[in-house]
Amino acid sequence: MGLISNGTTVFDAGSMSLGGKLTFIKKLTASGDSTLSFVHGSSSVVFDGTYKEYFITLKHIHPATNNVAFEMNFTQDGSSFAQSKTTSCFDAYHAEAGNDAGLRFEAGASLALANNTGWAPLNYNMGNENDGNLSGFVRIFDPAGTTFHKQFQTEVSWQYLNTYGIRQNTAGYVNASVASVGIGFRFSSGNIDAGDICLYGVG
Amino acid sequence: MGLISNGTTLLDAGAIDSGITQGSMTLINTLTASSSANLTFSSGITSAYKEYVFHLINIHPATDTADLFIKFRDGSTAYDATHNATVWRAYHGENNTSSALEYEASEDVSQGTSGQGIAYNIGNDNDQSTSGYFHLFNPASTVFHKHFLCRMQNSHGSDLALDNYVAGYCNVTAAIDGIQFVMDSGNIDSGTIKMYGVS
Repeated sequence: MGLISNGTTVFDAGSMSLGGKLTFIKKLTASGDSTLSFVHGSSSVVFDGTYKEYFITLKHIHPATNNVAFEMNFTQDGSSFAQSKTTSCFDAYHAEAGNDAGLRFEAGASLALANNTGWAPLNYNMGNENDGNLSGFVRIFDPAGTTFHKQFQTEVSWQYLNTYGIRQNTAGYVNASVASVGIGFRFSSGNIDAGDICLYGVG
Repeated sequence: MGLISNGTTLLDAGAIDSGITQGSMTLINTLTASSSANLTFSSGITSAYKEYVFHLINIHPATDTADLFIKFRDGSTAYDATHNATVWRAYHGENNTSSALEYEASEDVSQGTSGQGIAYNIGNDNDQSTSGYFHLFNPASTVFHKHFLCRMQNSHGSDLALDNYVAGYCNVTAAIDGIQFVMDSGNIDSGTIKMYGVS
């Protein structure tokens, strides 16, 4: 049984909203998946003009394969993840041994994209040791817009081959006048062994 | 009487089930630009919340390469509260020829009263804008500096992806009770700013 008041669903299917402005939409749990994606209209996912901003949390994302990059991309048709993006990328790093640290722009390894339809890396050279993982978040502004670039920001913390802790920030925009109807995540090689990805609408 | 939906108890015995998310961000006000000289939150910033966050979405300038500024009000009618701030940014061009991570000594502010830039050289092509967020902590305090944190991503007028970081504090003992967003040149052609209270 659901309850609709003045056109607004107050509760339905065992869930209820009491005015919190971060609305949980969908949780994906990895278990040896090649790709995890949120596509509007698929599996109860909302990723359209319902919200002007979407927030995604990445928790304990663990790769099956050693020395890989965690990547994301956008889709305009729900199946092909290949929208053009321009990004900047920088990180702060510190060795577990305490002998190396710094802050740098990441121009290499295709970490900063220039009108590129390929997958955007959120990190690089990530190890698959048992306790290694990536956690952080992604913000996407107005993905349903057909006028402006779709701006996004990411911020993640992860381990470089079990030897460095790295905080990595990537930001940019989808350079397209068509809407983005979905977002996908994958590793550059191998599966997503474990981890949770949650999608929220910011109202 | 209880309320059960799809087997899940939502309300019972006069209490909301503990598993029901009640939200910790409250939308206070939404301002939408339409060739606006400024977008001003002149009310609603009080001691009701220890933190306020502004979400800026698709802020589009009327003038090419304009900077978006924020100004603070501390009890008078003027948006001129003294503040200090650091600024740094990363950028990368669509043509792949320009990129950097740099501190912006020309944009930081020491004891300034004319506002703080938070997004720089925003393009005014039809598809260019800036989006991001601005946090303001405990603006009603009359003891501590009022700190703020900001991250804005914009489409630069020279076709760059520009990731701006600004942080600082209002160096006043009076409460901050108003916030104004304005371009350094021309109007805010379009865009939306939402102000939330965080509890």
